[in-house]
Amino acid sequence: MTMETRPSIREIEDEIVEEFGLFDDWESKYEYIIDMGRKLAPLDAAYRTDAHRIHGCQSTVWMASDYRDGRVHFRADADAMIVKGLVSLLIRVLSDQTPDDIVNAELGFVDRIGMTSHLAQTRSNGLRAMVKQMKLDAAAWKLKQHNP
Amino acid sequence: MASDGHTRPFDVRSIRADFPILRRTVKGKPLVYLDNAATTQKPQAVIDALTAYYTGCNANVHRGIHTLADEATAAFEATREAARRFIGAASTDEVVFTRGTTESINLVAASWGREHLRQGDEIILSTLEHHSNIVPWQMVAEERGARIRVVPVDENGTFLYDEFLKLLSGRTRIVSIVHVSNALGVVQPVEDIIRAAHAVGARVLVDGAQSSVHLDIDVQRLDCDFFACSAHKIYGPTGVGILYAKRSLLATMAPYQGGGEMIREVRFSGTTYNDPPYRFEAGTPNIADVVAFRAAIEYVEAIGKPTIRAHEDTLLAEVSERIRRIPGVRILGDIPGRIGVLSFTVEGVHPQDIGILLDNQGVAVRTGHHCTQPLMHRFGIAGTTRASLAMYNTPEDMDIFATSLEKVVRMLS
Repeated sequence: MTMETRPSIREIEDEIVEEFGLFDDWESKYEYIIDMGRKLAPLDAAYRTDAHRIHGCQSTVWMASDYRDGRVHFRADADAMIVKGLVSLLIRVLSDQTPDDIVNAELGFVDRIGMTSHLAQTRSNGLRAMVKQMKLDAAAWKLKQHNP
Repeated sequence: MASDGHTRPFDVRSIRADFPILRRTVKGKPLVYLDNAATTQKPQAVIDALTAYYTGCNANVHRGIHTLADEATAAFEATREAARRFIGAASTDEVVFTRGTTESINLVAASWGREHLRQGDEIILSTLEHHSNIVPWQMVAEERGARIRVVPVDENGTFLYDEFLKLLSGRTRIVSIVHVSNALGVVQPVEDIIRAAHAVGARVLVDGAQSSVHLDIDVQRLDCDFFACSAHKIYGPTGVGILYAKRSLLATMAPYQGGGEMIREVRFSGTTYNDPPYRFEAGTPNIADVVAFRAAIEYVEAIGKPTIRAHEDTLLAEVSERIRRIPGVRILGDIPGRIGVLSFTVEGVHPQDIGILLDNQGVAVRTGHHCTQPLMHRFGIAGTTRASLAMYNTPEDMDIFATSLEKVVRMLS
């Protein structure tokens, strides 16, 4: 078990904010996000269905989760690269955490890395929809755990 | 033609000076506004007219007995006259103010459509149509048992006129067609379409949302039955549109909404309706924006649409040439005569990524399906990136846009 060495949601958020602090222009920031998108572990094609689809404004995001050792693990894919990079950051923060921690998380890193202002309302709504879905998944796993 | 007969020499610098918003920056960079097919920016004259109306003349129009009401009514009706001239209608009785093109089409579908469409009748649209020229017809077709037939386009977005002729029949009641496509900028042969439709006794609605800012419109010469356009795409305010309909049609059309102004006499035993155009303008209209719309019309008339179009065509041809050389770029509707729009895809790149990264360089474009999902489906794509031009765009705008796009494609490939 790696429970005690696993950093908390807040710690990972701080880590990401620190990394983004190194970029002094929009270009390197977005290049980093695009790179994160490229490196996101692939989602099995079986999950690229409407049931796993999160409806954003223009791009399509698919997400799936499973539950192991008391922690929720997320996988995702997107057809647009910047959104995929942002999803990858969300997964880095929320994956491999307990259902309670995920449900109670108050994510501030998107604001802190200046992405809310860079992404128009309609698109950041998409991000909000993703976080909401991740929390719903976590709550569902928790429910299953207590009522197997 | 300008209302006073004088045209203003075309100087893009002095035109830009008339549009205050063009002085602002976006993300620390000069704004390059290339989303004009969605809405155009407003010249100071329009902003001033709006302010002047509220500052010095605000009152409810028609039926007033005091001076302000008279002045407001005169200003409101002066726009109706300007709009009549702008589209070449025979009479101001044929010019109905609406909220925009969408409402104009809904009005025709709901009023004329409900009256004239029967089980088995046909409505002809094309693959190029904006959702606003599809959904109102689907609604009335479903209600009346009518059927929608669709004229296909080829791989370049060309309206297939021969296919249109094959669809035309004695069952065709109306052909509702986009004049200039908002997604591609391609122009439809509306004169031929109208002539052919009239030959089988069908009516024709021309969706002029995109064409009215670039092309001189003469509804009498076109002989269309209905013409719809929006003020905000002609450098005017949002929330104002025009529905032109031939007098004989308007006279027999039932009201679209009920309320004040559209009535002659109201009794609980029954109500009689006002004459057109007032019959179709229920409630207090968007007076201030209608009044300011006149300033936009006069602004465009003073320069002249052929002059504006020549400027836009030159910019569009040059920028298209440059964009075409970027690896993976495919311009849609890349045929001669395209107006004001550069719609393209980049192989392996999602339009949303292009839009976000262009915005970071101060360049405003639109990405997505442009409310033309059937057209996107025809091309087998989810959407495009669309740059659309207006009279105030410059060669420098085109250069910044192209350079920014080159950078975006490098970042994403």
